[in-house]
Amino acid sequence: MKTKHPHPIVEDKKLARIIVVTSGKGGVGKTTTSAAIAMGLAKKGHKTAVIDFDVGLRNLDLIMGCERRVVYDFVNVINGEATLRQALIKDKRCNQLFILPASQTRDKDALTQEGVGKVLDELSKEFKYIVCDSPAGIERGANLAMYFADDAFVVTNPEVSSVRDSDRMLGILASKSRRAEVGEEAINEYLLLSRYSPERVKLGEMLSVEDVQDILSLHLLGVIPESKSVLNASNSGTPVILDEESNAGQAYADVVARYLGEDVPHRFIDEEKKGLFGKIFGRK
Amino acid sequence: MLLFNQLHQLNYYQMSTDTEAPIYTKPALEFKSTSFSVPVLVIQTPELKQIKHQLEEKIAQAPAFFKNSPVLIDLQYVNDAELSFELPPLIEFLHAKKLCAVGISSGNDKQIIAALEYHIPVHSIHSPLSESSQENKNLSKPVAPEVTAEKTAKNAINTVENMLVSQPVRSGQRIYAKGDLTILSHVSAGAEVMAEGNIHIYGALRGRALAGVQGNSKSRIFCSALQAELISIAGHYKTSEDFDNLEQHQPTQVFLQDQALIINTL
Repeated sequence: MKTKHPHPIVEDKKLARIIVVTSGKGGVGKTTTSAAIAMGLAKKGHKTAVIDFDVGLRNLDLIMGCERRVVYDFVNVINGEATLRQALIKDKRCNQLFILPASQTRDKDALTQEGVGKVLDELSKEFKYIVCDSPAGIERGANLAMYFADDAFVVTNPEVSSVRDSDRMLGILASKSRRAEVGEEAINEYLLLSRYSPERVKLGEMLSVEDVQDILSLHLLGVIPESKSVLNASNSGTPVILDEESNAGQAYADVVARYLGEDVPHRFIDEEKKGLFGKIFGRK
Repeated sequence: MLLFNQLHQLNYYQMSTDTEAPIYTKPALEFKSTSFSVPVLVIQTPELKQIKHQLEEKIAQAPAFFKNSPVLIDLQYVNDAELSFELPPLIEFLHAKKLCAVGISSGNDKQIIAALEYHIPVHSIHSPLSESSQENKNLSKPVAPEVTAEKTAKNAINTVENMLVSQPVRSGQRIYAKGDLTILSHVSAGAEVMAEGNIHIYGALRGRALAGVQGNSKSRIFCSALQAELISIAGHYKTSEDFDNLEQHQPTQVFLQDQALIINTL
């Protein structure tokens, strides 16, 4: 597995790099990943915005722990009912991170390509990275989330239906994005294998990294181990990357570092060898 | 002597619809080019009496087969031999025998005018039909596939439009090549690749691959690993159920022999 990848070159005019976190299938960890990646990039000192495209089923604000601070949302901005500045929520833990929440009372038809393009353009003037948290499925919300993307993080669980859906999503990325339509260089696609459990792979209950790579042939950005800390983090409204003790938090930190061009060896792919002490007191 | 041969309308060479598993035309209101087998009456003598006699004999052998059956009249043989042949009496006779003449082929000017007077379409195949005259003398059986292939191959030479795909073909994507299709990567499960000619896949084939979709039964499928959902050549298909006992990780070729799909490791 190669860990090096060409560092994304930012076009001179446009400052921002638009990242879509997508998967096709639901429940694989898109929002967890979006929150972690956005926080990771912001903590590295890059001004980052994270947008919830899941209009009607908004969750990002919960994971980011800012649900009680939502006044205006993405749809308000698109409809001109609020300015971007009014709608963006500044994270309390990191001053480089801003959240644009989705509307819970509307549906995905409220999003228009023109409106989304406008918002992204405006954000691009100010932010270095824009993380788009895609809804599940391949309908309007998901299509608009990926349409303007420069990079795509494809979140996949090591099981066949998730891999199949990711494959489908990759096909859509390759054919229906703005870059594909105007004939620019294709979107950089990265694989993020989440909820990975080496023990279950060993038992043959889960696809291995190699199996998934064999099917998707993508650049592997990182393997996120199955971890209780993810659920805990979601419940407490803290992006899991801030839990530096946990496997998952460390794995996301690695992912961000790799995305930014650092050479970080892959971890959490093989079963950990625990001593007797570790078996008794080991933390997962 | 009467001979039966397959008719290919509108120069499209496709297997008859009943042997073709999926339907690949877009759901739109447009002219669909479809092909089906129609008996071709190859006239080999200008002697109408002889023709009538032998045709009656043949009909007597299989009356149900001929009743209201469409026929295409092929005049190549008599016209090549420069034998003068009058079309109207034959058409009248066919009508009387409850055979529907649906077209003539390789007619001369006089015969064409005569056919049009009877509102019978004139089919212009430039490639000779007579090459098949030596084969397949059995009336009630349909058509040797080799004949089709030969002609299609001839036709393909003029219209080859090969296609190269260097990216993986992802689930949900469809690719159609007018000639040969070469894919440098794999074909995912849920993807569909189609070609009028051969299909070469240098990765694993996990989706569907359909070669010779216009009926070229000499086309083949090659892949580095056969884990396909479906393979088809000229409408003859197999699903993974039919070949999942085979070696899946070997370079493999698929071809058609005597109307049967043969899967061989290379």
